[in-house]
Amino acid sequence: MSISFKVNGQVRSLDVDADTPLLWALRDELGLKGTKFGCGAGLCGACTVLFDGSPIRSCSTSLSQVEGHDITTIEGITPAEGLHPLQAAWSEHNVPQCGYCQSGQIMSALALLRENPSPSDDDIDAAMTGNICRCGTYPRIREAIKAAAEARKTSDASVSGGDGRAVS
Amino acid sequence: MRKLVDLPAGAVQAPVAPVLGNDRRHDSAHKHVAGSALYIDDIPETAGMLHVACGKSTQAHAHILSMDLDAVRAHPGVVDIICATDVPGQLDIGPVFPGDPMLANGVVEFVGQPIFAVAATSLRAAREAVRLARIDYEPLPAVLDIEAAMAADSFVRPLHRQVRGDVAAALAEAPHRLSGEQRVGGQEHFYLEGQACIATPSEDGGVFVRTSSQHPTEVQKLVAEVLGVPITEVQVEVRRMGGAFGGKETQAAPLACIAAVLARRTGKSVKYRMPRADDMVMTGKRHDFHNRYEVGFDDDGRLWGADIELCGRCGYSPDLSDAVVDRAMFHADNAYFLDQARVVGHRCKTHTVSNTAFRGFGGPQGMMIIEQAMDDIARYLGKDPLDVRKGNLYRPGQDVTHYGQKIEQHVLPALIDQLEVSADYRQRRESVRAFNAANPILKKGLSLTPVKFGISYTVKHLNQAGALVHIYTDGSIHLNHGGTEMGQGLFVKVSQVVADVFQIDPRWIRVSATRTDKVPNTSPTAASAGSDLNGMAAFNACMTLRQRLVDFACETYGLEPSQVVFSKGRVLLGEREVDWAELIQEAYRGRVSLSATGHYATPRIHYDRTTGTGHPFFYFAHGAACSEVLVDTLTGEYRVLRVDILHDVGRSLNPAIDIGQIEGGFIQGMGWLTTEELVWDADGRLLSNSPANYKIPSVGDTPPDFRVALLAEHPNHETTIYRSKAVGEPPFMLAISVWSALRDAVASLTGYRYCPPLDTPATPERVLWAVEAAQQSQKEAIDADLPVV
Repeated sequence: MSISFKVNGQVRSLDVDADTPLLWALRDELGLKGTKFGCGAGLCGACTVLFDGSPIRSCSTSLSQVEGHDITTIEGITPAEGLHPLQAAWSEHNVPQCGYCQSGQIMSALALLRENPSPSDDDIDAAMTGNICRCGTYPRIREAIKAAAEARKTSDASVSGGDGRAVS
Repeated sequence: MRKLVDLPAGAVQAPVAPVLGNDRRHDSAHKHVAGSALYIDDIPETAGMLHVACGKSTQAHAHILSMDLDAVRAHPGVVDIICATDVPGQLDIGPVFPGDPMLANGVVEFVGQPIFAVAATSLRAAREAVRLARIDYEPLPAVLDIEAAMAADSFVRPLHRQVRGDVAAALAEAPHRLSGEQRVGGQEHFYLEGQACIATPSEDGGVFVRTSSQHPTEVQKLVAEVLGVPITEVQVEVRRMGGAFGGKETQAAPLACIAAVLARRTGKSVKYRMPRADDMVMTGKRHDFHNRYEVGFDDDGRLWGADIELCGRCGYSPDLSDAVVDRAMFHADNAYFLDQARVVGHRCKTHTVSNTAFRGFGGPQGMMIIEQAMDDIARYLGKDPLDVRKGNLYRPGQDVTHYGQKIEQHVLPALIDQLEVSADYRQRRESVRAFNAANPILKKGLSLTPVKFGISYTVKHLNQAGALVHIYTDGSIHLNHGGTEMGQGLFVKVSQVVADVFQIDPRWIRVSATRTDKVPNTSPTAASAGSDLNGMAAFNACMTLRQRLVDFACETYGLEPSQVVFSKGRVLLGEREVDWAELIQEAYRGRVSLSATGHYATPRIHYDRTTGTGHPFFYFAHGAACSEVLVDTLTGEYRVLRVDILHDVGRSLNPAIDIGQIEGGFIQGMGWLTTEELVWDADGRLLSNSPANYKIPSVGDTPPDFRVALLAEHPNHETTIYRSKAVGEPPFMLAISVWSALRDAVASLTGYRYCPPLDTPATPERVLWAVEAAQQSQKEAIDADLPVV
C-alpha cells in the first residue's frame, strides 16, 4: 500500500507498512538524515519535525497518521546557501556542542516562534521542555531563541525561511 | 604534481583577530544547525549491510545450563549467530584488567549481559530474532549493592590507601570531632547519540571500523585481539560523537568487537546501533558510592585530621574502576588541607553492569564527602559554612595534599574572595536568613563551594599524544591528531593552535576524522586533557614545519632566522614579503617536506602506589559556584533560583567554547545530584531504563539567573598550550553547591545548628525526608527540655 504525504513541500509516496514510524521513513526511505533517533519513545525530542506546522516526535508517529499531511524537517528549513535566521542565531550564539539534538531543538523553537513572536523564559521552557540536550546548552538555546525573535522584530517583515515561511 | 594551483593574491587570509584566546565557533556549528553533520547512523548504508541485536541475560548471576537458538536461526532475515565459542581470537575485552568477555561464556554476571549476537538483514529482524532464544539458567547468589559487597568482601580490585601522619592521634587530640556518612548516586550518560558502529571487512583478514568512541586506539587493539589478527589489520575512524561524557571511553569497544566478528564471518558490512533501552541496561554508568568521614577540628573549624572511607560500586568487572576509585581518593580533600589523613578506597564487586568513566571519573564522588564534612562542621560550630571552607583551603604553608603533591599555584583563595563579592554572598546570606525567619513553609538555602580538580591521567603512560600536519600547495592545511570530537570543541581549539603558529585564518585548516592509521597509539580523549595533549602535539608538529620553512628561506634567500616572520597571512623574508601560500609553493619546489608529525608527553608526573604518594597531576583547575535554592518544606520540592560561577581555565584558548563547557558541565552535575535516579529491583534489573523514568535536566531546570565568568589574569603556571587549563570535567563539580544549598535550606529548620544527611540524588522525596529529620531533631530537643537552637 502506498502512503502519500508532503515532505518539505514535495509530495512523496512510499510503499511501506502503514505502522512504519515516520522517523524511519524520513531517514531510511527519503535519505533525510538531519532528523535523529534518540530514544525511540517520543521522550527526548531528537526526532522532532513539524506536522502541519506543529512539532511532533517522528519516532513515535506512524506513517498512517501523516498520510495527506505536511511534514517539515530540518532540511526543509535550510536554504541552499547559508542558514535560516533561526539556525543563524543558533550558530552565532554557539549553541551546539555535540550537535545531535540540535535539529530537533531548532524545529521546536521554530514552531514556538511562529506561535509566539516574543517568548519569555517561561514560554521557552514550556515549549522546549520535551527536547533534551545532554550537553546542557539550554542557556544558549534561550539566548538564541530570544535573539531570533528580536531580529525578527527589528528586521523587514519580508525576511523568510528556507521553506518560504517567516520565522514567526 | 606537474603544475601548482594559481594563487590569487591573499588567497589564504590572515586571521581577523588574534587567533588564540578569542571566541571561535565550533568547526561543525554550521553542519550541526543544518542537520548535515554525519553521525554513525547517518552514514549511507551499503547494499547488503547487516544489523546486530544481542540476546541478553535475564539473571544477575547464574550458570547458563543450555541455550536453544534454533528458532533464532530460523527467523526470516537472520544471516549469522555468534556465541562466546565463535570468537576466533581472545574472548576477554577488559580494557585494563581481564573480566569482560565479549559474550558471556557459561556464566552471566548482570542482567543485560550479552550472551549471543545475531546479524540480520534488518534491525527489526535482528531484534525480533533474539527474543526467540530459550536459555536455561541455574541461579547463583547475587551481590547487588555496596553494603552487600562490603559484607561479603566482594571486590574487583584490592583496596588502596593514602595515609599521612597519625590520624587516630589527631582525631583524639582535636578539640572537636564529627563523623558522618553519605550515599552518592550513580548516573546514566544518556548521550543523545546512542552507542553505534559499522564494521566493514577489509581484504587482508581485518576490518575497517567506524565508531562513536572516545578511544579509537583501544577499539582497534581489542578488535584485533578478538579477530586474532595483528593490530595493523584493523583501522578505526571516529569523525564525531553525539555526546560521550565518558560513556564511550570503554563502552563502545564491545559493540565494535561484536560487529567485527560478524563482519569477518559474513563478509558484509555490519552495523550495530543499540536501541536506547539496551544502551541504558547493557552499558556501564557512573559509580555510586557509599562514603564515610570522621574529622577532628578546632574552634575555628580548621581540620586537624580526616579519616575517610570511599566505597565505589564497580559492577561485575574491573573496567576502569581502579582508576575511578583512585581519582575519588585523590579528590577526597577537594580544596582543603586535611592535615593528618587516611583515605581508603574500596572497589566493590556487584552483579550489576560494570560501571565506567563519567565526566569527573570518581572525582565528584570523592569531593562530596569532604563537602558534607565542611557543612557539618559549620553547623556544629554555628559558623557560616563559607568561613569554614575558606579557613581550610590550601594556602602557602598548608599546601601538601594527603598524597604528597605540593600545591604550587594557589588560585582558590582569591577566586573565592572575588566570587563572594560578585555574587553578593554576605548580603544574600542575610536576606536568606530574613526570608526564612519570615516564612514558615518556604525556606531558602545558599551555598558557595569550590572545586580543585587534578589534570592528568593517573595512569602515567596515557599522558601522551600525537599529531599529523600536512601543508598543501595552495597553503591549506590538513590537521589530524589523536583526540576525538564529542562536542567539547577540541577540533576548533587545536586548529586555533595551528593557525596561530603560521598566522593564517583557521578556515584554511581542516581537522579530519580521528583515524588510527594517521596517528597511532593514541590515548582516550578523556580526563579533560584533550586540548592540553593534542594541542601541544599539533603545536610541536607545526614548529617542525615552521623550522623547515625558516631553514629553507634562510638558505634560499640568504637570511638570518630572525628575518623570517610569519604575520597576518603573509611571510616577511627580510625586505621581501610574500603570501603564505607563495612561500609554501616555493618550499615545495625547493623539495622541502611539508608534512610532519608531532608528539607530546606531559612532564613532571609520577605516583607510587606502594606508598600512596607522588605528583600525579601536572596542575589543578579550579572554580567556585554560589547557588541559591527555594525549598517547599511540605513537599520537598524545590527550585534553583540563581547560580553564580567563577571558573579558572588559565588563559582561555576559546572563551565561547570554555563557557559552554562550564554551563553544560554544571547543568549535568546538577542533574546527577538532584533528579537523575538509577533504580534497580531486588533481582538486579534496572528499572530506570528510559527517559520516562530517568529524569535528566531539561531547559526548565536551568537556573533562571545563571551568571558564568572566567577568572581573568590567571595563566596556568605550568607550560601548557597558551597557558590554558583543561575545562571538560572540573565545572561538573560546581553543582555540589546546589546540593549544599539544599542542605542549607534544611538546616534553617534547626537554627543552622544541625543538618541531617541528604543522600543523592536529592530528589524532592529525599529533601522531604531531610526536612522531617530536621523537624524531628528539633522536637526531640524540646521533649528533652534541651535548649532549642
